Amino acid sequence: MPEDQTIAVAMSGGVDSSVVAALLARDGLRVVGLTMQLWNQRRLPELSAEGATGRCCSLDDVYDARHVAGQIGIPYYVINFEDQFEEHVVKPFVAEYLAGRTPIPCTLCNNYVKFDKFFEMADAVGAHRIATGHYARVLYHDPTGRWQLLRGRDEGKDQTYFLFGLTQSQLARTLFPLGGFTKPEVRELARELGLGVAEKNDSQEICFVPNGDYAQFLSAYLRERGVPEQETHGNIVTTDGRTLGEHSGVHHFTVGQRRGLGIAAGEPLYVIATDPRKQLVIVGSNDDLLRERFVAHGVNWISISPPDAPVRAAVKIRNKHVAAPATLHPTADPGRTEVVFDQPQRAVTPGQGAVFYDGDLVLGGGWIE
Amino acid sequence: MQRSYFDHNATTPVAPEVLEAMVSCLGQTYGNASSIHHFGQAAKQKLDAAHCQPTEVVFTSGGTESDNLALLGAVRAAPGERKHVITTAIEHPAVLAPCAQLEREGVAVTRLPVGANGTVTAEEVRRALRPETVLISVMHANNEIGTLQPIADISTVARQAGVYLHSDGVQALGKVPVDVEALGVDLYSMSGHKIYGPKGIGVLYVRRGTRMAATQYGGHHERDRRPGTENVAGAVAFGLATELAAVHLAADRARIGHLRDRLEDAILSRIPGTGVNGERWNRTPNTTNIWFDGVDGEAMVIALDLRGFAVSTGSACSSGAVEPSHVLLSLGLPAERARASLRFSLGRHNTLTEVEALIDAVTDSVKHLRRISVHA
Repeated sequence: MPEDQTIAVAMSGGVDSSVVAALLARDGLRVVGLTMQLWNQRRLPELSAEGATGRCCSLDDVYDARHVAGQIGIPYYVINFEDQFEEHVVKPFVAEYLAGRTPIPCTLCNNYVKFDKFFEMADAVGAHRIATGHYARVLYHDPTGRWQLLRGRDEGKDQTYFLFGLTQSQLARTLFPLGGFTKPEVRELARELGLGVAEKNDSQEICFVPNGDYAQFLSAYLRERGVPEQETHGNIVTTDGRTLGEHSGVHHFTVGQRRGLGIAAGEPLYVIATDPRKQLVIVGSNDDLLRERFVAHGVNWISISPPDAPVRAAVKIRNKHVAAPATLHPTADPGRTEVVFDQPQRAVTPGQGAVFYDGDLVLGGGWIE
Repeated sequence: MQRSYFDHNATTPVAPEVLEAMVSCLGQTYGNASSIHHFGQAAKQKLDAAHCQPTEVVFTSGGTESDNLALLGAVRAAPGERKHVITTAIEHPAVLAPCAQLEREGVAVTRLPVGANGTVTAEEVRRALRPETVLISVMHANNEIGTLQPIADISTVARQAGVYLHSDGVQALGKVPVDVEALGVDLYSMSGHKIYGPKGIGVLYVRRGTRMAATQYGGHHERDRRPGTENVAGAVAFGLATELAAVHLAADRARIGHLRDRLEDAILSRIPGTGVNGERWNRTPNTTNIWFDGVDGEAMVIALDLRGFAVSTGSACSSGAVEPSHVLLSLGLPAERARASLRFSLGRHNTLTEVEALIDAVTDSVKHLRRISVHA
């Protein structure tokens, strides 16, 4: 069979990627299953007391992926990307966090590891195309000659927020076979295909951080690296400079956070910003969280070429955020775009991604400054 | 797809004679060798025949258990408060991990570095001796690069110092002559599945009179040294596999060595940016470990497997992914070159035709991988 008929499927051991591999194999395509070993779960043992299973790259997941590959009769390999993952995802995540921003490691991982590195492996095994279990769709748009990225049909599962970094050449070689299905349909397919993982729980959003406790992960990681944890405790202050109390480190706080401030105040208080240099956590009312505009940097345009005039779009600033109407203003730097919302939005958080939509179409996206 | 197996240091296929003897034993001689009755006696007879030297041969579950038993048993039995063990940096994890455990128990461990040739000298071992040294553990043949250590010379040093010598012989048995008397070892580890026997059976040779502490409790089997109902069929299979190895050794050595040299010479001459890791002369005849500049070894293993050729990089970790080999790093290779290395280990059934096909596949794969430049 010619090389371009081979498809490398990124298999995590979960139900989504298992169904992808099984569907493609059932269609008679030549499929190679690859699991990326990203993080050694034996590291940071103090974190693994609970929740050690169902996390990315646990031995159970590799076992499940291998079992599915055996069941559907495809060659299957585990590839070690631990170094690249630490370099391109974990270290930037830690650095960003310590700098007072709230990074989304999943986008970094998608850009640098799950796609860039995975394409290299696909090339190595002679696979021209790759397939993943993301809930998203790819279409070729004839009039513009561009590959378009569209939301998955299952609105609740749509993962395009994490995929805004994909390039045209990557999209041209990528299959998202689940884009047209809902999660319940995928589970039903898994049952029909007789896959043992049909009832397996969905994975957590940030696979290497157990229970979503970033601060705990950070402490354990820095301890393992022999980096003394910085003395970042300082004051909690209001927007007009009044000191309300003390905190144990700015990295414990994220913009929009309400709980855990340890302050009794008349009105509910929210974290508006953190200032790691002065070790300040700045708090205010819900209204203080509202922002009308921000600049996105590192912008990647997908479905349209970089615009030279303002563009209307719906902009999503968190995975769970409902995309809000806005106008995108080009700046002198093509990688930077100013986003002006029609209505001010709550908790525009530096370090998070901002993704621009036109209906289901992903126009592009960048990082909030 | 035609498949060819070039990973005999990982494991070997069970020889048909061994398989037959084992199945027959499992089916017919099923007694518990400790039982008094006829069935037990029949099993005991088979077991004794397999033992040859019942006082010196301890059957275990394989190489890892033999190594663990040797290190933990000999060191824990040694008298004295302060104890010291000498080993090398390129041992198998089955030796290095028990050494680390002994360290946690307060034992001092010296891991001798090896040069680019992959060997230590008896003199280096002698210099590492301390008054409290109780055990020297040096592998006979390395699993990744095949180099042979001067065990007989080291045994002279050990004997003069009054220190026990253990050697992990898992990769030597069946590939080079093994005579525990000539080697002068007190403890020697062997594994069934590396010599065309089954998995799940191994031997620790224990020289008569060697003090060993128990590491496992529950019965008096194997003279208290390895309690547990004896794996009679495994022992029979191991015994027969060693007999066959002795019969085949001289011819296998020459023929397999010739094929290995053909493979190595062709790769080195045809593909620029390649080289052999470790010494080319003093090693097992079936093994070669070669670096390929600018190629990710892991990608190469997969590419070759998809073409029907089974080879390997370093030791496989439990999930199936690989980490840079500690053996290659110990030879002084930079991590990048260690990741760009492949181990080819030939065996009894490989043919010249297979080797020629492998040479072509390696040449093509290296070309392809260098073109798309997959980097570790």
